[in-house]
Amino acid sequence: MAERITTEDVTKVANLARLALTPDELETFTGQLAEILEHADDIAALDLAGVEPMARPLPLVNVFRADEPGTPLDRDEVLACAPVSEDGQFRVPPVLGEAP
Amino acid sequence: MSFADALSIAASVRAGDRTATEVLEEHLGRIAERETEIHAFNLVTEQDARATAAAVDAAVAAGNDPGPLAGVPVAIKDNLCTRGVPTTCSSKILEGWRPPYDATVVQRLAAAGAVAVGKTNLDEFAMGSSTENSAFGPTRNPHDTSRVPGGSSGGSAAAVAAGFAPISLGSDTGGSIRQPAALCGVVGVKPTYGLVSRLGLVAFGSSLDQVGPFAHTVADAALVCEVVGGHDAGDSTSIPGDFPAVTEHLSDGVSGLRVGIVTEMMGEGIAPDVAARVRAAAAALAAAGATVEEVSVPAVTFGLSAYYLVAPAEASSNLSRYDGVRFGNRIEAATTGEMMTATRTAGFGDEVKRRIMLGTFVLSAGYFDAFYGTAQKVRTLMRQDFDAAYEQFDVLISPTSPTTAFAIGDKTADPMTMYLNDICTIPTNLAGHAAMSVPFGTGDDGLPVGVQVLAPALGEIPMFRAAAVLEAAALAEGGAK
Repeated sequence: MAERITTEDVTKVANLARLALTPDELETFTGQLAEILEHADDIAALDLAGVEPMARPLPLVNVFRADEPGTPLDRDEVLACAPVSEDGQFRVPPVLGEAP
Repeated sequence: MSFADALSIAASVRAGDRTATEVLEEHLGRIAERETEIHAFNLVTEQDARATAAAVDAAVAAGNDPGPLAGVPVAIKDNLCTRGVPTTCSSKILEGWRPPYDATVVQRLAAAGAVAVGKTNLDEFAMGSSTENSAFGPTRNPHDTSRVPGGSSGGSAAAVAAGFAPISLGSDTGGSIRQPAALCGVVGVKPTYGLVSRLGLVAFGSSLDQVGPFAHTVADAALVCEVVGGHDAGDSTSIPGDFPAVTEHLSDGVSGLRVGIVTEMMGEGIAPDVAARVRAAAAALAAAGATVEEVSVPAVTFGLSAYYLVAPAEASSNLSRYDGVRFGNRIEAATTGEMMTATRTAGFGDEVKRRIMLGTFVLSAGYFDAFYGTAQKVRTLMRQDFDAAYEQFDVLISPTSPTTAFAIGDKTADPMTMYLNDICTIPTNLAGHAAMSVPFGTGDDGLPVGVQVLAPALGEIPMFRAAAVLEAAALAEGGAK
């Protein structure tokens, strides 16, 4: 049985997931996530020793295709989907250092 | 409500008895009449549809065959990419995005002569069971507009039920085709994982997601499966070969077919009137020559817990791509990190945020084994218990949804209450198997009940045989309760 998820845990995962929460949202989401995770107590109580995990329905196999040139998506069309682009590239605000 | 099916529309268009344009205008007329009330669509693409219908008519006039879905209007769930046409996933975060390519299933429908009429509403990023989690407002059930249509593919189910299009496409990660099909009184199919291409389906839970059809009839659903299914080199999880030849076996009957009623899906949490319809379906199959018995599949009771760890885990990873850089909306900020947080915070609704955080939590260091690892082992149990059942039975049956359509607003306050809608549908996705919902009369409230037919991986032929017999039995019953 796992310990109940706390507001500190939720603050941490929200930060990892790049979501900002108001204090009210933090309380509400923490309670809801706790309820969902508590539902999983039923499977936490199972004896699963020796059971292999299943990550996907089909066995993982290498998929090869013929090495033939095709027509990729048009660069300008793809860049046109972006909020901001410049000189054939996606443009973002500064990543490193202080904001200008 | 009775509307023309896709097969008869295509036959009349191919024969030159009706034009695709006439057919389209009839459907656009019904949309104009009731769409304000139903809100099945995020976008109706009238102009494109008229051009497509005109092209179908030109092909027929020139003596060419436009294909098996000639002139058939089709509605497309708005999480399937359509080139140059907005694809929103009913989320603000994809505002303004026009995909640069068509999903494989969309291409295949067009190649078969179908006429796309619009993009249908869904729970944001397909997360929900009522189509109330849409940034553009809820869809209403055509049978009773105070009720939900189910979800997440509620718009696609409602579009067929309201006669806006005879067929539509949805996606099913935990029941998102079958449950709305049941609640709206139409046929809905979740094919075996890997039988229908996911290229161009906006990813939610990549090991669970599968595209499938809604239709008025089992035969229409079978045809759409064969048209959109089959191998696609663009999807690395695509199974080689064609979709099983289901249309050839619709008249085979169920004589000698072994049918199991899933014990665990008939008791607690299932409304008595819904369970009674499943018993009536079992009796109909037995009367048609099937052997019917109860069978226990113990692991299905753990499906909900496993699903609400696996699906959010995969979603949290898949939805990390919405960061304001490559597509959709951006909220500007001083740094890239702040821009991403501002964009995601403003762009996602509460249910999506809840699942992203849940998924991030269960995948985080210290919790991975306890939650995600355990859930993956339960998937193995699910597969093993189903395998054991399918040694004795060709197909299984159960309710699709525990209840008929519930009232709008009834289950939005508590996420767990909403999740319980999916207890009968989730196990199939976890196992990667096939299942479909067939309308089978109504509940005590007069609203549609769906019976679920479950089959092992690639068991589509016996599944459709059973479905065809149930459809005929329901028709013979003449809507008796």
